Amino acid sequence: MSRIQHRFAELKAAGRTALIPFITAGDPHPDVTVPTMHALVEGGADLIELGVPFSDPMADGPVIQYASERALKHHVSLHDVLAMVRQFREQDSATPVILMGYLNPVEIMGYEAFAREAAAAGVDGLLTVDMPPEEAQELTAALRASALDPIFLLAPTTDRVRVERICQLASGFVYYVSLKGITGAGHLDTDEVAARLEVIRGATALPVGVGFGIKDGESAARVAAVADAVIVGSAVVNRMAALQEEPGKIPQTLADFMGELRRAMDQRP
Amino acid sequence: MANSKFAELMQLPDGRGHFGPYGGVFAAETLMEAIGELREAYAKYKNDAEFQAELAYELKHFVGRPSPIYHAKRWSDKLGGAQIWLKREDLNHTGAHKINNAVGQALLAQRMGKRRIIAETGAGQHGVATATVCARYGMECVVYMGAEDIERQKINVFRMTLLGARVVPVTCGSKTLKDALNEAMRDWVTNVDDTFYIIGTVAGPHPYPMLVRDFQAVIGEEARGQMQEEIGRLPDALVACIGGGSNAMGLFYPFLADEAVALYGVEGGGHGIESGEHAAPLCAGKPGVLHGNRTYLMEDENGQIIETHSISAGLDYPGVGPEHAWLKDVGRANYVSATDDEALAAFHDLTRTEGIIPALESSHALAYAAKLAPTMGKEQTILVNLSGRGDKDIHTVATLEGIEI
Repeated sequence: MSRIQHRFAELKAAGRTALIPFITAGDPHPDVTVPTMHALVEGGADLIELGVPFSDPMADGPVIQYASERALKHHVSLHDVLAMVRQFREQDSATPVILMGYLNPVEIMGYEAFAREAAAAGVDGLLTVDMPPEEAQELTAALRASALDPIFLLAPTTDRVRVERICQLASGFVYYVSLKGITGAGHLDTDEVAARLEVIRGATALPVGVGFGIKDGESAARVAAVADAVIVGSAVVNRMAALQEEPGKIPQTLADFMGELRRAMDQRP
Repeated sequence: MANSKFAELMQLPDGRGHFGPYGGVFAAETLMEAIGELREAYAKYKNDAEFQAELAYELKHFVGRPSPIYHAKRWSDKLGGAQIWLKREDLNHTGAHKINNAVGQALLAQRMGKRRIIAETGAGQHGVATATVCARYGMECVVYMGAEDIERQKINVFRMTLLGARVVPVTCGSKTLKDALNEAMRDWVTNVDDTFYIIGTVAGPHPYPMLVRDFQAVIGEEARGQMQEEIGRLPDALVACIGGGSNAMGLFYPFLADEAVALYGVEGGGHGIESGEHAAPLCAGKPGVLHGNRTYLMEDENGQIIETHSISAGLDYPGVGPEHAWLKDVGRANYVSATDDEALAAFHDLTRTEGIIPALESSHALAYAAKLAPTMGKEQTILVNLSGRGDKDIHTVATLEGIEI
């Protein structure tokens, strides 16, 4: 059983919804990333999505674009990101870490080399935004060979046939993008999300995480009522950006934010 | 010709949009439905007689096709080698080849019921072409353009505004064409229901590289017939500049199976390949994935896209169409570069010798033709794609020469 599967099984047994924050590795400074990851876990995060900075983040809104730019000022590479995960694992062997980013850095490292090195560093899964199932056979095979979970996105426009096809390739969990648009955008329609999750659950037994548009305890609680995991990206990164001049305050601030989300999610009726 | 070892190149891409290992669909799941819808619509209208008839009518009466070919006799004599002919895409309405594709995609958008058009632009030629067709067909138009390019191409920005388009400056990343493309993709993801994205070059997720090539192939189809009419045979070499590569692909495609016709794609050599400051992914880059397709890219050892440099905004792009990547690997086309200085010299040369002011993009093709011609016999022929006219570049050239207009 992978670390991700194990974590979802634990949460299910406890009747809780997973909280998954996203941060970009190296933002605003490489030294901040590992302490922040630990602080997120202390505050109540169950899994961590660690963004691999990329020069051309086509599916991201300004908040995460600027996070990538801040990290790239320090030349944070995929190798550096793996080193951060390795360091995180020295103190935390239980919290799953999923790398999230764009295909090209992985493509340049080579799929098999990436999968081997990522597994050795303690990474649990990979989500490449610009890699649909049509092109993913080779990459998912390499990930599986190293016991990494390939994580895929499902969109409001993904039809039932595609959902089935994607879920056949996916493991760990699937990530439902709750609205049409880029990260950090718009309003969340929980009823529509609930209706879509029903379709997805009819096609797969994998846990379903929901992201995009969750910015506070209230929206997290609404999504927690219908999803297996609540994924929070831009709202977390925004708080980091606000503290880029005093990065020492980032870990505690994010731990507090996780606590706020966690309490709201657990208090739902 | 039927026996040509290259004939099968004309059958590409395959059903999944692949040219060998290149091309494909590397896009976010949010876009997959829209991409599929476009693929189906194009498959339907590609062979639809009514669609093709309307396209042909528009190309003739609105764009002004066929564009002539012209024997640059004085310039050829001066260079002292092969005879240089020019395919005059600069004489099209709006002054460049970009309009061929913009008309085609706008007609497709109409049939798909999409009333809102978005586009990215570098030099502004594709933006102007798109704004033009939107005015012509009464569609809403939003053009994304890098803030730096807006500064370099003020006249085209004003033209787009006159035509009723909204030009949105892109201030993230390197503030050039690639960032404008990123921003257009973000718009498309957000407004996917009513929006059609008119991509200006033979790149992006399948079916764009094929679709844009098909709409630009009118250049090569006309040129084949025109050369036969004028000199009784095909040219010995074709030369075209390459940013994303749409004018080159449009010229090359109908000649792919004609092995005796050498193909030269000329990239923006900037300050020279050895300087590292250039826009020549086919000459000096390596394969990777960006903007929906696998192709040659300008990238660092960690897979980050690096900033490009070219005197010409239209060539200032770190990627290139995937079909060119495959033509390079199989050896059907040669990819070379011309520096900023070489392009400028050719710009002046053609202007003074033939009375034709070429775009700085096309000047790169001319610069390479000027090198190639003296190595060939006087009875041989080079056809250069004069992809655009140089009016838009007058300010750039004047500034470089210390002249204030």
